[in-house]
Amino acid sequence: MIKKSSNWPATILIALGSLLILFPLYMTIAIALKNPEEMAQSIFSLPTGLHFENFANAIKATNFFNALGNSATITITSVVFILLTNSMVAYAIARNMNRKFFKALYFYFISAMFIPFQIIMLPVVKVTTDLHMNNILGLIILYIVYGLAFNVFVYTGYIRSIPYELEEAATVDGATTFGTFWKIIFPLLAPVSATIGILSCLSTWNDFMLPLILLGDQDSYTLPLVQYVFQGQFSTDFNLAFASYLLALSPMLVVYLFAQKWIISGLTSGSIK
Amino acid sequence: MAKRRVAFYLMTIPALLLFFAFHTFPALQGIYYSFTNWDGFSDSFDYVGFKNFINIFQDENVLNSYVFTFKYAILTTILINIISLLIALGLNAKIKAKNFFRGVYFLPNILSVLIVGFIFNYLFANVFPIWGEKLGSEFLSQNILGNSDWAWIGIVIVAVWQGIAYNTILYLAGLQTIPQDLYEASNLDGASRWREFWSITFPMLASFFTINMVLAMKGGLMVFDQIVALTGGGPGRSTQSIAHLIYTGGFQGGEFAYQSANAVIYFIVIVVISALQLKFLQKREMDL
Repeated sequence: MIKKSSNWPATILIALGSLLILFPLYMTIAIALKNPEEMAQSIFSLPTGLHFENFANAIKATNFFNALGNSATITITSVVFILLTNSMVAYAIARNMNRKFFKALYFYFISAMFIPFQIIMLPVVKVTTDLHMNNILGLIILYIVYGLAFNVFVYTGYIRSIPYELEEAATVDGATTFGTFWKIIFPLLAPVSATIGILSCLSTWNDFMLPLILLGDQDSYTLPLVQYVFQGQFSTDFNLAFASYLLALSPMLVVYLFAQKWIISGLTSGSIK
Repeated sequence: MAKRRVAFYLMTIPALLLFFAFHTFPALQGIYYSFTNWDGFSDSFDYVGFKNFINIFQDENVLNSYVFTFKYAILTTILINIISLLIALGLNAKIKAKNFFRGVYFLPNILSVLIVGFIFNYLFANVFPIWGEKLGSEFLSQNILGNSDWAWIGIVIVAVWQGIAYNTILYLAGLQTIPQDLYEASNLDGASRWREFWSITFPMLASFFTINMVLAMKGGLMVFDQIVALTGGGPGRSTQSIAHLIYTGGFQGGEFAYQSANAVIYFIVIVVISALQLKFLQKREMDL
């Protein structure tokens, strides 16, 4: 095959398009680093003074580290348990598809994908409040349970492509079903787990609606929720607001900067299969 | 063997119970409340039959929210799919700094919708009008979000800016499944670029097209975060989405039962649309 040289028209178009993506982010960083006088001179120019006090003030105003800790706790715990439990449920289902109970369970879980969250939004607040679960723990349980709909679908499809023979050998050697799952199946699921892990991490970290309706106590607020609650306070000071936005976005930006290659390839490999 | 069977039940039954308790039970409860007149905080309420449902069909606010949600969802679905397919084609071509650009185009997907909404809210109010003034256009120099006829376009712009990222990745994955020899063969036959796209690329992407259309449409119909961050449903009620109406009416407006009925109708609408979309688009896949 002949190696074609670089496609310059495509490169130029892609580069121009990427400016549209980068411009709002440039503005966010620039405004976060300016003060009102600099903003008045030119809204677009590079910041000259680097006003890091915006960040210090934003950290104080929003109790940033508390929210960061909450978001991290919720996301990490949810993702770990999603990977451990949702894959196990899918394993039991995938290996028993010929039995009515498991087949019904499969369709029960995946049909929930079509149920818009709004239909359960009002009653779920009532249920969780009655059970005193309108807190971080309750939120984590909901994320794990709600993950089942999509994750069982993805995991089951993948597990069914893994040959039985591997497990039979283990069973003959006396491994229990749980043992077989942990030692043989779970490690083989790594590529799908990567995809599901990345997707659940992004959606849990950035989720706004569930924390909004569920969390009562201000100490348990997550990063997006804190931005929402303090919005009124920010309305006069844009530099403070943008410093706060940038702080809230930065943990994911840092992770993305370092793990970009894995995140993108993890999502692509999972979607083809 | 019996032991094995017990283990499989142990693996699934706790999940089943939790799922029922926190998903199915609330859904059933929502359906139950939709036949009552509960406001969400009183101690007592009455059964009112189909009254809520009848009222919903005559409620201008509900109708408004459906009109807005649908035009928003349809336009974002179309724009997201066209643009992300073009970007995926570009990123799949022999371009310079390919990995860098892939990283850039996927970036919006990792950001919080709410915070992106706040950022654009400021841009619409304070930055874009500066360009409008320079162009001498009175229309472009206003804050589009403050105009009840055009605010919905502002929300579409933000949703598309963020939404193309994920669909681009899916299309890019799809492009990589197309065997290269198809292109080599068409090259030998002297097919034009345009012909190549319509006869090879597009048909081979059929299943990815289906997934992307359904995902984008479903996301569009459930729009909530963008509304909260950009307009709060205004000006007036011009950008109140169905989800936002259920939230505000149900939690703050004392319309718990009434909005539950709205949610039931909304659920039926989403199921019907997703099913129709799948049926229609998958038929297209099979015809190939």
